[in-house]
Amino acid sequence: MSAVIESHNHDDHHHGPTKGLTRWLYTTNHKDIGSLYLWFSFAMFLIGGAMALVIRAELFQPGMQIVEPEFYNQMLTLHGLIMVFGAVMPAFVGLANWLVPMMVGAPDMALPRMNNLSFWILPFAFLVLLSSLFMEGGAPNFGWTFYAPLSTTYAPPSVTFFIFSVHIMGASSIMGSINVIVTIMNMRAPGMTLMKMPLFVWSWLITAYLLIAVMPVLAGAVTMMLMDIHFGTSFFNAAGGGDPVLFQHIFWFFGHPEVYIMILPAFGIASHIIETFSRKQLFGYASMVWAMASIAILSFVVWAHHMFTVGLPLAAELFFMWATMLIAVPTGVKVFNWVTTMFKGSITYETPMLFAIAFVVLFTIGGFSGLMLAITPADFQYHDTYFVVAHFHYVLVPGSIFSIMAAVYYWIPKWTGNMYDERLGKLHFWLSFIGVNVTFFPQHWIGLAGMPRRIPDYALQFADWNMISSVGAFLFGASQILFLFIVLKTVMGGKKATPEVWEGSRGLEWTVESPAPYHTFTTPPKVN
Amino acid sequence: MTYQKYYVPEQSKFPIYAAIALFLLVMGAAGTINDLGKPESISVYILYSGFAVFAATLYFWFRTVIREHIAGLDSAQLQKSFVFGMGWFIFSEVMFFAAFFGALFYVRNFAVPWLGGDGEKGIANMLWEGFEASWPVMSTPDAGSAYALADKNMSWPGWGNALKWLPLWNTIVLLSSSVTVHFAHLALKNDNKKSFNIWLGVTVTLALIFVGLQAAEYYEAYAHYGLTLNSGIYGSTFFMLTGFHGFHVMMGGFMLAVMLSRSVFYNHFDPHSHFGFEAASWYWHFVDVVWVMLFLFVYIL
Repeated sequence: MSAVIESHNHDDHHHGPTKGLTRWLYTTNHKDIGSLYLWFSFAMFLIGGAMALVIRAELFQPGMQIVEPEFYNQMLTLHGLIMVFGAVMPAFVGLANWLVPMMVGAPDMALPRMNNLSFWILPFAFLVLLSSLFMEGGAPNFGWTFYAPLSTTYAPPSVTFFIFSVHIMGASSIMGSINVIVTIMNMRAPGMTLMKMPLFVWSWLITAYLLIAVMPVLAGAVTMMLMDIHFGTSFFNAAGGGDPVLFQHIFWFFGHPEVYIMILPAFGIASHIIETFSRKQLFGYASMVWAMASIAILSFVVWAHHMFTVGLPLAAELFFMWATMLIAVPTGVKVFNWVTTMFKGSITYETPMLFAIAFVVLFTIGGFSGLMLAITPADFQYHDTYFVVAHFHYVLVPGSIFSIMAAVYYWIPKWTGNMYDERLGKLHFWLSFIGVNVTFFPQHWIGLAGMPRRIPDYALQFADWNMISSVGAFLFGASQILFLFIVLKTVMGGKKATPEVWEGSRGLEWTVESPAPYHTFTTPPKVN
Repeated sequence: MTYQKYYVPEQSKFPIYAAIALFLLVMGAAGTINDLGKPESISVYILYSGFAVFAATLYFWFRTVIREHIAGLDSAQLQKSFVFGMGWFIFSEVMFFAAFFGALFYVRNFAVPWLGGDGEKGIANMLWEGFEASWPVMSTPDAGSAYALADKNMSWPGWGNALKWLPLWNTIVLLSSSVTVHFAHLALKNDNKKSFNIWLGVTVTLALIFVGLQAAEYYEAYAHYGLTLNSGIYGSTFFMLTGFHGFHVMMGGFMLAVMLSRSVFYNHFDPHSHFGFEAASWYWHFVDVVWVMLFLFVYIL
């Protein structure tokens, strides 16, 4: 046998990480890879956020002042793509990497080398995507949903690079998800039955299933685009017998489960944090699991609610309206359970709890505006207005992103061994909370008043609320620099954390030291 | 209860090389396609180098995994991880095909009939009055010079011509190969390595025959039927589905060929431990099932 393998035999699996850059390039450690994902996601969050600020700066006043409309469209497109595929999804994968093995009592992810590949594809994929900004004809400019024929017949040449970068992002997601599923199915400590698993693990099991089911469909969609653009096919071209609406069907068959991919892990996180800081057992564990599973299954049969105005047959309009409204039921179960967990609890309001409560309240607002949009005839009015922008930013920013921030504050003592600065954390929370609401709440009103989305200029009657929205956006953006500072400060030092970290914490990850040793649970713990 | 340690390799260079290879592949492929018809473009060399790095990385990566297995580093639990992993990978491939089958379904049942004036959205016919819907649709709504219409399609030619119809032979070849790979598996379980090698060899040969027949069919389509990617939606769905499937046949056949050479030259696999072969054979059965769906929905119905 080769020397490489011989040396593995002598490993006692208890030593720490190797030194230098190669630690990060060659690592197979789920904690290292989790950190890589989280830092990558934060970098993308700042880049995508800067693009959002370009958009909000342009919209500060009516008229064109800062950027050209073409560049505005590129910012709009890249902002969406980067936030969805570069910020939110990798952040959740990073959390899964850090937490799932510790939560189920496994020594690492099931397929550690593939885990590293899943991460390292991402920086290259986004390098390809961002390099399109410097190409002839500019970056993709057709919106993150890249509807044909905007993304085919009328696309800039860089669309080819966009297509291939989506392909490898998809490969990364699929490999990452296979790893998560296999870890959960195969690596649980003895006694850790499915219905004893922490809810974050459950949420990721379901999310990973959704990812494996729909990322290939997205790959299929971009492959057909590639064929239409370069090889003369007519999938999305009615003149050749295809249909541009076909693109929307395929895209949203991916896109709607994708929406839940970005929120289900947040559900898991909120459940843990609310349970801990309410110092009560979570209310309705089993119903939480069933609610997530129902949401996941329903997510496959609601996609056309994004397309009510494209001219669907009446039966389809009705079916997709009702199916969509049905999702409110399991979602309502979850919100009810979170509120009931807090009911009569001994609640304290540390930063993670503040973010988690804000998540429940603001995500519910986003859910309600979603219900409004689900009503087909009402959607005819709301479609492609700022009301839609307000809706999905409410579920994504104070929904997904607040949950990610809550998770970082909640688990960072476990990751670094240090407590974060509670005063700064609370300051960050309140600045973000105010910023996010000032940014997005007025967009409901200007949307209902008829301001279209994806337009760099607007009629004068929308001026006041747009200005307020832009002020809020810059406040929110600036407060994330504070977040970066708090995280760096915590990594550098701070009050030492105990293994339990929080008074009411439950779960295997709180039984190991803080910071968690480089290798945890090399022999599985016994779970009662 | 005793626990076998789960093997976690400390570090590995393979993933980062694979990621760099994918980066080169993506930049090279996109650049090559964008620069089609520009001989001065160097993108194709980036593409080749990406392919070379990728192939080399996969070779050494798999070699390492195989050696780890032979050295007994992988516990039963780790082998189970490979089993689960392969299963979910095949599921992802199923969904990849689902996108193209979904497109075919939508086009046949909605888009084309509507363009022809039928159904609830038949108003679409106002765009190109006179377009008549049928399947396989031999014309395009827009009869301009943008499309090269086909004279003939690939559908079921009727019983009289069935034996001269290549897809039928393709079906026979591929279905038999699924049976022969199963015979190989049975032989392996019975510890009959010679029979295993023969049946696996037969399977790989059948895979090659299939690819050859498929190439002949494409030649016929382009040279004699005038059916091309540019013939409108029928040609689009036909070549997309059969082409993507053909690509998978080549991958599956390649995997089986690798397994064959491992068995013949290195005497790998024993009756109790042969997941590398099993994974490739699962993939092969999957490719076969996809063909049956293709035969049904692309050719027959």
